[in-house]
Amino acid sequence: MENQATYNYKVVRQFAIMTVVWGIVGMLLGVFIASQLVWPELNLGQYFHFGRLRALHTSAVIFAFGGCGLIATSYYVVQRTCNVRLFSDGLAAFTFWGYQLVIVLCVITYPLGITFNKEYAEMEWPIKILLAIVWVAYAVVFFGTIAKRKVKHIYVANWFYGAFILAVALLHIVNSAFVPVSLWKSYSAYSGAVDAMVQWWYGHNAVGFFLTAGFLGMMYYFVPKQAGRPVYSYRLSVVHFWALIFTYMWAGPHHLHYTALPDWTQSLGMVFSLILLAPSWGGMINGIMTLSGAWHKLRTDPILKFLVTALSFYGMSTFEGPMMAIKTVNALSHYTDWTVGHVHSGALGWVAMITIGSIYYLIPRLFDREQMYSIKLIEAHFWIATLGIVLYISSMWIAGVTQGLMWRAVNPDGTLTYAFIDAVKATHPYYFIRFLGGCCFVAGMFLMFYNVLRTVFDGKPVNAPIPAVPAHA
Amino acid sequence: MESLYLLIPLSVLLVVVIALLFWNAIRGGQFDDLEGPAHRILQDDDRPDPHLPGNESDREKNN
Repeated sequence: MENQATYNYKVVRQFAIMTVVWGIVGMLLGVFIASQLVWPELNLGQYFHFGRLRALHTSAVIFAFGGCGLIATSYYVVQRTCNVRLFSDGLAAFTFWGYQLVIVLCVITYPLGITFNKEYAEMEWPIKILLAIVWVAYAVVFFGTIAKRKVKHIYVANWFYGAFILAVALLHIVNSAFVPVSLWKSYSAYSGAVDAMVQWWYGHNAVGFFLTAGFLGMMYYFVPKQAGRPVYSYRLSVVHFWALIFTYMWAGPHHLHYTALPDWTQSLGMVFSLILLAPSWGGMINGIMTLSGAWHKLRTDPILKFLVTALSFYGMSTFEGPMMAIKTVNALSHYTDWTVGHVHSGALGWVAMITIGSIYYLIPRLFDREQMYSIKLIEAHFWIATLGIVLYISSMWIAGVTQGLMWRAVNPDGTLTYAFIDAVKATHPYYFIRFLGGCCFVAGMFLMFYNVLRTVFDGKPVNAPIPAVPAHA
Repeated sequence: MESLYLLIPLSVLLVVVIALLFWNAIRGGQFDDLEGPAHRILQDDDRPDPHLPGNESDREKNN
């Protein structure tokens, strides 16, 4: 029974450390493929070719870095807010080792050219099945913990985490429907435009539920905790949650404007994308206004800087996204590097920054330290990361709009003004600036890694005792 | 567009499920107090305190 009196921090520690490790791996890959676009001679043979490493980069940053961060924080938040230890220690350990195995298998198979050929879902079918099993175990641990909670109310962050877990399970299963032909080769059960629609139903909802809902769960716990203030409006956070999950599922077709998809489906996707602006900004304002009355803390607390800047980028990219989903804007932006810039303002600005802030919050608590080894290093990390993002997204905006305008330019006689290679040449300097931005961001991750290691070695792993439930709860 | 015959019913079904969950949560009293829960997470002190009894003894030895 002694075990029952503490929280399970061990699995949180494991996932938290791996968040930093996979962050470095995934972002280094990103910098490498960015440099391949600047210096094409860096495409060293088939195994380290852009086409294979790009898939590894996206999966590593989204599912390895982001996924480990989400699982670490969800396990922490669900325990602390439910006043109860995780549902099953054994199953929690299985989610850790199983998830790491999935990632390692991807790291091995992607460069070998073993691929299912679906964006953000390139893993072949044996890995897909393993991931589905691990994910179900994760759902059991999470919802099992909610079921045995000691506090009647389920804190809003848990609603977001719960929606993320259920939606990702559904998306993964529907999109992964496969017909195997050998151990390492299978084909999608769908074909043609049907396959494309299923792919972007999956792809966009992965953005909605993995990269948005999950990290909003993180935001609704760690922003109030770090600021020491209750969330600006708890009522708004509940409205935010239900509005977001009611509308998100319908926005996928905006990835397929001007394709073989029926016109009305494209318009439906566009309208729902525009509607999404409302709940997104409601949540963003709710998060930022949590600091009202505590703005001075931003001056001295770099962890809070990370969290609040993340919210600013969330607001920015959830404004930019609906704009880009408008068909006339999309006619200019689609297939250009503007899309890449948009994704990274969300991925680096929102997802990475909210994760980094939350991990800095967690590490001292998991290793029995008052605070991180060096606050100055966190401050340095914040500024170098911000500089990296600004370089990245501004260069990609310019590159994207340049490409879009050059591709559509026509002479009076109807012929194209520019050959494709002209647009490539015009983009080249911006690819170099993007590479510099990536270098800054990954340099910040190395600072973080050092800071985390020093904190871990100065401290001791600890499982905090579960406090008595307050009488009024 | 056969995919829509799968995705639209699936999405409509989801909306129904979500609506039922929402209804249940309201009936269950989840949203009766929309002030207290915001403060409750702040009362939960998760800072490590080496002087707390129990904290010292529960350090994991093998990690």
